[in-house]
Amino acid sequence: MTRPVTSTGHDPDPVPGGARTLGLRVFPLFAAGHWRVVERNFLLYRRAWKVFLTGMLEPVLYLLSIGVGVGGLVGDFTLADGGAVSYVEFVAPAMLAASAMNGALFDATYGIFFRMKYEKLYDAMLATPLRPRDIARGEITWALLRGACYSAAFIVVMVAMGLVRSWWMVLALPATMLIGFAFAGAGMALTTWMRSWQDFEFVSLAIMPMFLFSATFYPISTYPDPVEAVVRWTPLYQGVVLCREMSLGALGWDALVAVVYLAVMGSVGMYVASRRIGRLLLK
Amino acid sequence: MMISARGLRKSYGGIEAVKGIDVEVSAGEAFGFLGPNGAGKSSTMRMIAAVSPVDAGSLEILGMDPATHGSEIRARLGVCPQEDSLDNELSVMENLVVYGRYFGLSRAEASSRAKEQLAFVQLTERAKSRVEDLSGGMKRRLSVARSLINQPDVLLLDEPTTGLDPQARHQLWDRLFRLKQQGVTLVLTTHYMDEAEQLCDRLVIMDNGVIVAAGSPLELIAAHSTREVTELRFGVGDNESMAEKVADLADRVEVLPDRLLLYTDDGEQASQAVHDRELHPVSSLVRRATLEDVFLRLTGRTLVD
Repeated sequence: MTRPVTSTGHDPDPVPGGARTLGLRVFPLFAAGHWRVVERNFLLYRRAWKVFLTGMLEPVLYLLSIGVGVGGLVGDFTLADGGAVSYVEFVAPAMLAASAMNGALFDATYGIFFRMKYEKLYDAMLATPLRPRDIARGEITWALLRGACYSAAFIVVMVAMGLVRSWWMVLALPATMLIGFAFAGAGMALTTWMRSWQDFEFVSLAIMPMFLFSATFYPISTYPDPVEAVVRWTPLYQGVVLCREMSLGALGWDALVAVVYLAVMGSVGMYVASRRIGRLLLK
Repeated sequence: MMISARGLRKSYGGIEAVKGIDVEVSAGEAFGFLGPNGAGKSSTMRMIAAVSPVDAGSLEILGMDPATHGSEIRARLGVCPQEDSLDNELSVMENLVVYGRYFGLSRAEASSRAKEQLAFVQLTERAKSRVEDLSGGMKRRLSVARSLINQPDVLLLDEPTTGLDPQARHQLWDRLFRLKQQGVTLVLTTHYMDEAEQLCDRLVIMDNGVIVAAGSPLELIAAHSTREVTELRFGVGDNESMAEKVADLADRVEVLPDRLLLYTDDGEQASQAVHDRELHPVSSLVRRATLEDVFLRLTGRTLVD
């Protein structure tokens, strides 16, 4: 081994165009680089828009089957604060949160693995002025925008079915984008450690129980205390709380906690993803 | 100076791929890295492309340090990688436009340059095709077109014609030659000697991570080979014993399983001398020494994996 003499502090992710302006430092999402990555994906999916339809349909089917179908057997129930809601009203915001999660995760895991390992897309991107952080930001932005399309469609369904009680629901779309951001960031970061398609079983292994048990289909108070304490800190539970409080108009501190939780999760994920891409591809 | 490297080193997991090389490439030059597989050519190219950090030594590309100005350097480079990294999910035209957008070109500018480049590499009719449907030669031409979308000062080509049929190779050489005439600096790696002789003004031969020879193709032949080579075939099994009998007729004699190579400045004379000794080879051929002779002399005939 040689001892590095110079250039050991190689920044795999230097800034294009010299110094960045303060504006771009504060609002990196307005920096141009990562929008080129979003644009590339948009171009691709403009032709494959049909896959969006199935993504939109899935949560609606759950809502009809479990919310309306099973809900008919369950009847109304009382929330912790004493208010009564129908079962379908209770389940709908949880399905909204889950669809935001799924919509973002698919692109951020399978999609990114495919582009990184098989398509060598990021190698091609990194031969241009684009940097690892542009790729991470771009892919995560795309994933959360895709998730937002599903969420928007689902919100329309919820409104049409009369399942929304509060004007707070106008904030549901940004809330679902935050959920998408959290899961896309974490998903992309984890994907950089995936060795083969088999490793994605771990993603399913994490997502499926989370979908079923994060107070999606029944209140968290159903659990014994120790279980409740665990469930309370799963990311999907945080997303469900956020959406449910908006749709039922019962906004509290829990929603604020959820916002901070999801924002931190997404930011850490995005940072890790960008570092990992730099380490894996710029070697 | 477009590229200037001093004592450049690169290791991967304890294995040293590049062991301290000095390289200078000036503007408008066509420069080649020759060497067998594993010689360190591609590692060097990746460092020059500012996508691989330098372990030791100094490297300046377009007067900038890739460690601190990678993005600015890459903005002015064109890179045509060894394995096509085209965007298989997009059409031919979209590949160029989207790539132009990565460089920050406006949509209008990107599509007008894309059309220009498609015409340059003769793919205009395939503009709407899927990349998957293109032949190997077309894909490589598209890669070249893509690498030109930012009108680079330096074009890096890693084994540009490996895997192409002769027609496609010549077509690509023709395009590269035109670029050279337009003043684009070309830096390429190859293990095809004819390619190096065709395209390179100057080249280095790398072996095992170091530069073993440097110069123009003619200089290298003059320095490391004789002017001509006489090839004698004496039937299988006889070549070895005949070698001793002709050893004094050339500067150097090399024994191959099927023939003897006599390295000499006057091949005809050597050939005549062999006949005068009544040795009667099955066939004899006099040819000019090529870069391939230099290459094999310097890097050996043993296979490297």
